[in-house]
Amino acid sequence: MTGRACRCLPAFALAGCSGTPLGYLDATSPVAGPIASLGWGLIAISVGVCIIVAILLAAALWRGRSKGDLEITSGNDRAAIRWIGIGVALSSVFLLGAAVWTLVTVQRIRQPAAANALTIDVTGQEWWWAVKYRSQDPAREFVTANQLVIPVDVPVRLNLMSTDVIHSFWVPKLGGKMDMIPSRTNVTWLQADTIGDFRGQCSEFCGLEHAEMAFNVRVLSKSDYDVWRNLQLMAAPAAAEDAGYKVFMVRCAVCHTIRGTPAGGILGPDLSHFGGRETIASGLMPNTAANLEDWINNTQTLKPGAKMPELHMLAAETSEVTSYLEGLK
Amino acid sequence: MTIAEPSKVVTPTQQKLLEIWETAPGLYGWLATVDHKTIGIRYLCTAFFFLIIGGVEALAMRVQLAQPDLKVLSPDAYNQLFSMHGTTMMFLYALPMLSGFSNYLWPLLLGSRDMAFPRLNALSYWIYLFAGIFLYISFPLGQAPNAGWFSYVPNANLTYDPGINMDVFALGLIFLGISTVVGSANFIVTLLRCRAPGMSVNRLPILVWGTLTASAANLLAVPAVSLACAMLWLDRRYDTHFFEVTGGGQPLLWQHLFWIFGHPWVYALVLPAMGIVSDALPVFCRRPLVGYTLVAISTVSTMILGFGVWVHHMFATGLPIMSLSFFSAASFVIAIPSAIALFAWIATIWTGKLQFTTPFLFFAGFIMLFVIGGVSGFMTASVALDWQLTDTYFIVAHLHYVLLGINVFPVIGGLHFWFPKMTGRMMDDRLGKWTFWTMFIGFNAAFFPMHITGLMGLPRRVYTYPAAMGVGWLNLISTVGAFIFALGVLLFLINVMKSLRTGAPAGNNPWDAPTLEWSTTSPPPVYNFATIPQVASRHPLWEDRLQEAEERSVIGDAALDGMVLDRGKETIGVSPLDAVPNVVLKMPGDSLLPFILSLGMAVLFFGLLVQIVWLAALSAVCEFVVLALWLAPKPHAPMEKVELYE
Repeated sequence: MTGRACRCLPAFALAGCSGTPLGYLDATSPVAGPIASLGWGLIAISVGVCIIVAILLAAALWRGRSKGDLEITSGNDRAAIRWIGIGVALSSVFLLGAAVWTLVTVQRIRQPAAANALTIDVTGQEWWWAVKYRSQDPAREFVTANQLVIPVDVPVRLNLMSTDVIHSFWVPKLGGKMDMIPSRTNVTWLQADTIGDFRGQCSEFCGLEHAEMAFNVRVLSKSDYDVWRNLQLMAAPAAAEDAGYKVFMVRCAVCHTIRGTPAGGILGPDLSHFGGRETIASGLMPNTAANLEDWINNTQTLKPGAKMPELHMLAAETSEVTSYLEGLK
Repeated sequence: MTIAEPSKVVTPTQQKLLEIWETAPGLYGWLATVDHKTIGIRYLCTAFFFLIIGGVEALAMRVQLAQPDLKVLSPDAYNQLFSMHGTTMMFLYALPMLSGFSNYLWPLLLGSRDMAFPRLNALSYWIYLFAGIFLYISFPLGQAPNAGWFSYVPNANLTYDPGINMDVFALGLIFLGISTVVGSANFIVTLLRCRAPGMSVNRLPILVWGTLTASAANLLAVPAVSLACAMLWLDRRYDTHFFEVTGGGQPLLWQHLFWIFGHPWVYALVLPAMGIVSDALPVFCRRPLVGYTLVAISTVSTMILGFGVWVHHMFATGLPIMSLSFFSAASFVIAIPSAIALFAWIATIWTGKLQFTTPFLFFAGFIMLFVIGGVSGFMTASVALDWQLTDTYFIVAHLHYVLLGINVFPVIGGLHFWFPKMTGRMMDDRLGKWTFWTMFIGFNAAFFPMHITGLMGLPRRVYTYPAAMGVGWLNLISTVGAFIFALGVLLFLINVMKSLRTGAPAGNNPWDAPTLEWSTTSPPPVYNFATIPQVASRHPLWEDRLQEAEERSVIGDAALDGMVLDRGKETIGVSPLDAVPNVVLKMPGDSLLPFILSLGMAVLFFGLLVQIVWLAALSAVCEFVVLALWLAPKPHAPMEKVELYE
């Protein structure tokens, strides 16, 4: 248990943003930034209200502490009721202000400032993410999984779908949540303003492994992004003689795809260019050879209920297929 | 008020009333009683039992979450526990607990001898008990409901949840819903018809306003969830396609139906508890509540607005921005009536002479928790901010401040307050204060850190979280706090056990409180009042001191020449608004029918659950027979018109 925790640490250390990986109050991006400001504003109002009420309550308790006289008195409540009126009126002003601020924020973030430059389909499924990069040119479309790689300062339109239950797409540093509902396509957008890695997480309870359904968003400079995208479009190198390749075709190809090879399974994540990804098993562990071997051998211990079976491969097979996959940069 | 010291001697009238009203002894009487006080206490005990069960489930989850990456519970066990924790607390603890208070207190507060429909009252308790057991029927098999108390489809559909788990949930909630609806109808009719003469609507205790409002809401809200559950069960077992995407069904339909029920339900869980505070807090401030009318209006308007905010549970579902904005604004507006009640309580304390008793501590502590739960609700009302907050631990913090702060704290305070009336003995005040401070500190230690973990992005309903999130130490504090809170509940139970045996005798009115229940003995006789009280003000027992009006209520021995109604099991019926007596109501005696009817219903639902058609059909037929017996007219004296009092 601590072992896994330790293995996870580097993945988050990579998350090159200040604070906690899923914290959203320090966000600066065009969508999450205005929400963070709104959040701080409403927190300030809330804390202020709590302090004022605490002082009022403490003063009232102090004022009314018993002086031995416990006889019932009626008294004139007119002044007290006037104070209730003042309190409610003041509260209403702040409520109105918060409502207006909210609506202004919604208006500001509902549409990107510039026309969409990039469209990505993300499909949630138990318990991982299929990601498809769209293009005007069908030849430039491709599929990946459990990661989003996007260029900095470019608005990204996301078409969110689900093939099974309801999931929710959430990258706290880049924007709010949007549910992925089967039979619907929800559209949202995000835009990164800094280069780095950002963690995403499913945020609608979706069954057994809801807790372990995360992903990584890697923000690259525009030129690096173009390099990455062109790399993704390349087919896997021919490796018919590679031992790991052979194991993969026998053991893994039924469920997984590697573009440029006969492996075309669609039940599990597309593994083309797997070696270039940051994490394994939807954000569960950093993508290292040791972790991958562990994952292949102990799938149901590491992520109980995951749809991937433990195939009980020979040790040699495991390490061969591992080095093959890690080589797919 | 005109009240004479109760004589120690049992008068022939009282003896006669006792013979008329007393429940038969033995097992028969135990199963057949329709006494609202017995039923009320059963509700309270059963609900408290479920509070403990739900609490133990919570403790197990807190152990699992105490540190990152723990493996105390499997994901499946965790999912079942959080689902049953929510279901238990929302359905089997929170509302039944308040129903317990209202069942026990209403006729006493209203100056009546029983609820309008005593057998229906017994029925609603028995159904609640059987439905509670039903919801736990699969728990020992490791097949408990596991899709959350909200049970979103398609996750709750057969494809993704193939066991018996969600059938138990769906049928269990339909079953329990019958109890809620029946109970609500009973409260409403009781209020309209079974009050003491003179208790016009502007003299009702706020607890009555709260329960009345909640009951009216339940009548409108519960059918939505019963319907949704029926559709879910049909989808699961009979291949209908209400929610099934492959057949053209709509998963969002479930969410609308569920939250159209769910949000008003939350208000139904807090308004009667706020009523407890509005009635009992002023007793320890030695003055009437400030702004009675404002608080009564705020109670009703909260509920009305409560029907227009359900979409704030669905801000992230991709509904059009326009409708989200509307529901966001409505969610801000609903804070206004709460602010009225809040300032009224503070003004009452401000202008009062305080007695720092245990119940008072609970009510004063509640005010602070009410505010914290309120402002976190205010933050989630903002649609843009909620896109970040929703489904994080911030919501967990918010809802526990609301439901524990506004339900559990007033309930425990209320139990301390009315315990003397129910048992005739005082609770230990010193131990009570220990209970309060343990619970208050434990509660805040458990739930305040969740605001921060939520703002740090910890999602809800996860069985574990990675160390790198940096929330491990905050979760450890929460876990320790949860155990301290549990210790507080244990102290309360110890106090109850101890006080039941050795508590100081309470007398009729140990707190010198103003309402009718304190005019009768502790515990009250089975017929509540030997003569029906006549009410002339909002505070019948404080009239001489408040000097608000010339008129005086007539209560107790002073009223012996008033209405005794000892020619059978009778109470008085009044006009709905002004409480002018106009009919003598004949009340039913002990009856086994409520027990049998609910037992039959349990068999029926069990038959449906395990898909044994003949069993379900047979019990359905039996139910009709029992219902026919129930409804069969009995020969009794015709209703008598009462001469109007002037």
